[in-house]
Amino acid sequence: MSEVAAVETDGPVVQSAMDASEKIIQINAMHKWFGSFHVLRDINLEVAQRERIVICGPSGSGKSTLIRCINRLEEHQQGDIIVDEIELSDDLKNLEIVRSEVGMVFQHFNLFPHLTVLENCTLGPIWVRKMPKEEADALGMEYLTRVKIPEQALKYPGQLSGGQQQRVAIARSLCMQPKIMLFDEPTSALDPEMIKEVLDVMIELAESGMTMLVVTHEMGFANRVADRVIFMDDGQIIEQKPPKEFFENPENERTKLFLSQILDH
Amino acid sequence: MMDAKAPAQTYPTGQHPQLVPPATERGIIKWFRERLFNNWYNTVATVIVLYIAYLGLPPLINWLFIDAVWEAKNNKDCWAQGHGACWGFIKNRFLFFMYGFYDIDSIWRPNTAGIMLASVGAIIVFPQTPDIWKRYAAMFLAFVFPWLAVGLLVGPVRFTTWDTTTGQMLTGLACLAAVYFAWRGHQNNDAMKRLFGLSIIYIIAVMVFCTWGLGLPELESRSFGGLLLTLVLAITSISVSLPLGIMLALGRRAHGMPALKYFCIVVIEIFRAVPLITVLFMAVFMIPLFLPQGMSFDDVISALIGMIIFNSCYMAETVRGGLQAIPRGQYEAGDSIGLNFYLSTRLVIMPQALKIVIPGIVSLFIGIFKDSSLVSIIGLFDILNVAKTSITDTKWIGLEWEGYAFVAFLFWIFCFSMSRYSQWLEKRLDRDHKS
Repeated sequence: MSEVAAVETDGPVVQSAMDASEKIIQINAMHKWFGSFHVLRDINLEVAQRERIVICGPSGSGKSTLIRCINRLEEHQQGDIIVDEIELSDDLKNLEIVRSEVGMVFQHFNLFPHLTVLENCTLGPIWVRKMPKEEADALGMEYLTRVKIPEQALKYPGQLSGGQQQRVAIARSLCMQPKIMLFDEPTSALDPEMIKEVLDVMIELAESGMTMLVVTHEMGFANRVADRVIFMDDGQIIEQKPPKEFFENPENERTKLFLSQILDH
Repeated sequence: MMDAKAPAQTYPTGQHPQLVPPATERGIIKWFRERLFNNWYNTVATVIVLYIAYLGLPPLINWLFIDAVWEAKNNKDCWAQGHGACWGFIKNRFLFFMYGFYDIDSIWRPNTAGIMLASVGAIIVFPQTPDIWKRYAAMFLAFVFPWLAVGLLVGPVRFTTWDTTTGQMLTGLACLAAVYFAWRGHQNNDAMKRLFGLSIIYIIAVMVFCTWGLGLPELESRSFGGLLLTLVLAITSISVSLPLGIMLALGRRAHGMPALKYFCIVVIEIFRAVPLITVLFMAVFMIPLFLPQGMSFDDVISALIGMIIFNSCYMAETVRGGLQAIPRGQYEAGDSIGLNFYLSTRLVIMPQALKIVIPGIVSLFIGIFKDSSLVSIIGLFDILNVAKTSITDTKWIGLEWEGYAFVAFLFWIFCFSMSRYSQWLEKRLDRDHKS
């Protein structure tokens, strides 16, 4: 039976599902090297369905590399990664299945500049899920409305602001109706006034029950929405705790150092 | 027109209307001021250029048009009639310039092929035609037209494979195997099997069609000459070397398949390192050595094979430059929404890469067109060789200017059109994409 615990935060109450039997991501003793640089060291991580995880840490700590290993944009050399019961290996067929179940939002948006916003969103459904065009267009418009920019559907990415482009990127990933969404520092390349509009979309997404792994420095977002905050340094997971305990009672020295740097300005 | 010395009119705050700029700041006077006379050295340069034009242009126009002779029977006849260019020479030898030694009574055949190409090409080139027409037109040009053209230009083609019973049996077996593959691929929705089967069927169908050759009398391709030969060489080379170059470029970047990658590197580096003349010689003299006894390729086909491989290598490197310019994030974004290599290359990478290298590709096209004249080395009569031959004819000696000027003019029409079209295409893609 799933227990629903209400986590007390400063914002509205956010439900977190603690259905411990459904591990949608399992990483066991994973190591990764870039050449001779040991970038990820003995990573052990389990993510349940509907869980929202924020990963933070100093730059170079391997956070982005970690989530890029989950959809195999990077390959790990040791240990195993199991996503949605499929083990990530060199098997191509499985890889394409995994990638259509795991959506990713990049720091620099990576929209396709030669296609309209709507075409960006419908590219995956039409060519990967083999959806007919009308159905894909309707799906695209539905998600564009959800990220609150339906009127931009026929514009090209170059004509949109950064915040709008990132929301299109989120809609594009959502159109594949993935089970997991990965966010690699989604707001780091945005002006302050546009960060809020993207975070609002991510909060709405979290509240609707999507499994999310977010690499970010936005601690307010972590506090409000995360089930777990993971701190990484030097390629290792140093601490993982629910946000309240993470921010109020960090155990490790390095976590305390990092928090003092981030929160003190 | 605002007179600077007139008293300035005053308006209430915030209500100053939009006014026309003074005469010196607008229109053609402004253009002259800014570009030709904006400082002393530009003014001097402008005056010098105008003077040279005054000296040179009127006599040139005189020679080209006003004093020119438009009808003549030989060179002395020309010079008796006037002092200008002897275009009568061109008019007299016009068919030779256009078609070379091609049978005059059969000129309707290349003309038909040319008109078909031009009209179907126009459907693709003009923006106003509906997209669905463009798609059918492109498929027609890619898969049907080449064989129609072969039938029209040379008539039936003999394939020595079918002279022996073994050859015929093998073809029959290949047919059956292909149908089997295609059918199984259709059943299991296996695209590779289906494609393989359909390709074999297509190749065999093409061979059958070419053997029939539209039922027209056979004509030797050695008789091709003049503009006909130049266009056949250029158009075929351009159309085949672009897709082949793209495949070589992709193959060269296939880091996961070293055999393919190194094969592409070797091919590209060999053919880029030798001159086209060498490749043409080798094509004409060495290809027959590799063919089984009795089989031969005529010179035009050998020249085409040489030109195609050579130009594909240049095309590959140009396209590779475009591929390298695409940021890694585009590949990753394509991967992250589940596109496989073929789909992400076709839908995401290639449209962006090709758009970037349009200037390079069109330069190569223009180069191919001009390099087609090198086939004179192996004894083929392209338009330049035709001009050379005509002016050494005793009837027309001394008319080198007219001959070469006409050839230069023809080259200029085709090359400049390609250049203008590419600029238009770039502008249009920019306007549409606005990135």
